[in-house]
Amino acid sequence: MRAFSDWQTNKPHDERVHDNEQVTTSNKHQVHDNVTKRYAKGREAMKPAVFQYVRPNNLQEALSALRDNADAKLLAGGQSLIPLMNFRLSRPTTLVDISQLKELATISVSEGTVHIGGLVRHQQLHEDEQIREVLPVLSKAAGEVGHWAIRNRGTLGGSLSHADPAAELPAAMVALHATLLLESADSAREVPAEEFFLGFLTTDLQDGEMITSVKIPVPAPNAKYGFAEFARRPGDFALAGAYVELSGEGGTDAVTWFGVSGGPERRELSIAKETSDRAEQFKELAEEFDPVEDPAYRKHLAVVVAEQAYQQARKGQA
Amino acid sequence: METFTKQTVQITLRVNGENHSVEVEPRMLLADVLRHEIGLTGTHVGCEQGVCGACTILVDGAPERSCLMFAVQAEGREITTIEGVTPDEGMSELQASFQKHHGLQCGFCTPGMILTSEALLARNPNPSEAEIREALSGNLCRCTGYQFIVDSVQDAAAAKAVNHTNADGGSDKEGA
Ligand code: FES
Ligand code: FES
Repeated sequence: MRAFSDWQTNKPHDERVHDNEQVTTSNKHQVHDNVTKRYAKGREAMKPAVFQYVRPNNLQEALSALRDNADAKLLAGGQSLIPLMNFRLSRPTTLVDISQLKELATISVSEGTVHIGGLVRHQQLHEDEQIREVLPVLSKAAGEVGHWAIRNRGTLGGSLSHADPAAELPAAMVALHATLLLESADSAREVPAEEFFLGFLTTDLQDGEMITSVKIPVPAPNAKYGFAEFARRPGDFALAGAYVELSGEGGTDAVTWFGVSGGPERRELSIAKETSDRAEQFKELAEEFDPVEDPAYRKHLAVVVAEQAYQQARKGQA
Repeated sequence: METFTKQTVQITLRVNGENHSVEVEPRMLLADVLRHEIGLTGTHVGCEQGVCGACTILVDGAPERSCLMFAVQAEGREITTIEGVTPDEGMSELQASFQKHHGLQCGFCTPGMILTSEALLARNPNPSEAEIREALSGNLCRCTGYQFIVDSVQDAAAAKAVNHTNADGGSDKEGA
């Protein structure tokens, strides 16, 4: 772990920024010295509140740092946390930066189970060949998270622990029967995704715990999945989205919605073959939801996306 | 009240192929360090919440938001800003194409647009219109209405394909 005390210069901030010698400015950009000076006059070019920065070298160090700093937060991709910090809606006293821990960024498939590390980026998940092959629906959903630049940094563990009700991946975990591995310095436990999400931005993650990986069973050969969402512009948070699971004859089908209530909503049913019957079924289920904004519209969208996801599943496209 | 000791860190950032040694607080965003410490003001800052894409830079060749990353996290990574893809004299092919097609007006979004497009073309030299729109969906422009930006990228890709074919000595010009 890079000891943060080595970094302590005990030099007052003002003195530091007034000391222009310290600012490396390449010759090409001398003209911008003025900018630097302007900011040196007491205008701070930064927004997040002060925090202690810890950069562990491995998982064990990261978990120890979490245990030893009561108020510490993990910094993974930072695509949800840093906006909150920029506006000072979140002011963690310590950040434990795990973004460089490669050991947590792996994807593997063995013995009918897909293992995905907590630090796998959305774009990596979207492009991974194995995921495309065994869980095409997850590949497709990961490609819908935010925008390209966000997906290059945002992580699976970050998305799951943030638990935004309109996010694609928490619902994907519920739809795909994932189990989350939660580790802390002194313990480890497994929690089914369906029990992990407790409501609006709320999960079962305890202090000192980290989502280190998830495992997803490779779907049975006759199971088919579909995914659809509705957003005003590509990359925006979805107003409603759904995963449909068709289990083949005899089994139970399921729809898992997101964006329509506080968290993922999975409902088992036997989905009707007839379009109008299906619409009735989806409508009846959507009635139970309690969307915060535009309830009637969101419930309508819930039916629309479920039907689209159903069509995708039937075609076996993803 | 609790008082925090301010900590500063001496880090080396590799930006556009040059090493810059800077002293930063861990809470300083990469966008701000690029602009105010290193003086590379071509990286624009719009929303500071990851929405507008004006601050997009390339990290190891892939577009990322410099407003959603602390400078300390960029240590050891290869950073490319708009200054890094601009020739000393004149403009890059992509920049010239933006000029030709009126792909910019106020220019605020342009550095992010150019860098995202550079990354796209590096991966996919001949993108479809849909692929261009998808890649640029995270970059907002309040001036152009996007159509001219898409035209700019498409034309730059086509020009590259033609140049490439010529350089190879091939006679096949259907490239674009
Ligand atoms: S300033 Fe970074 S995305 Fe808007
Ligand atoms: S040219 Fe003005 S925002 Fe794009």
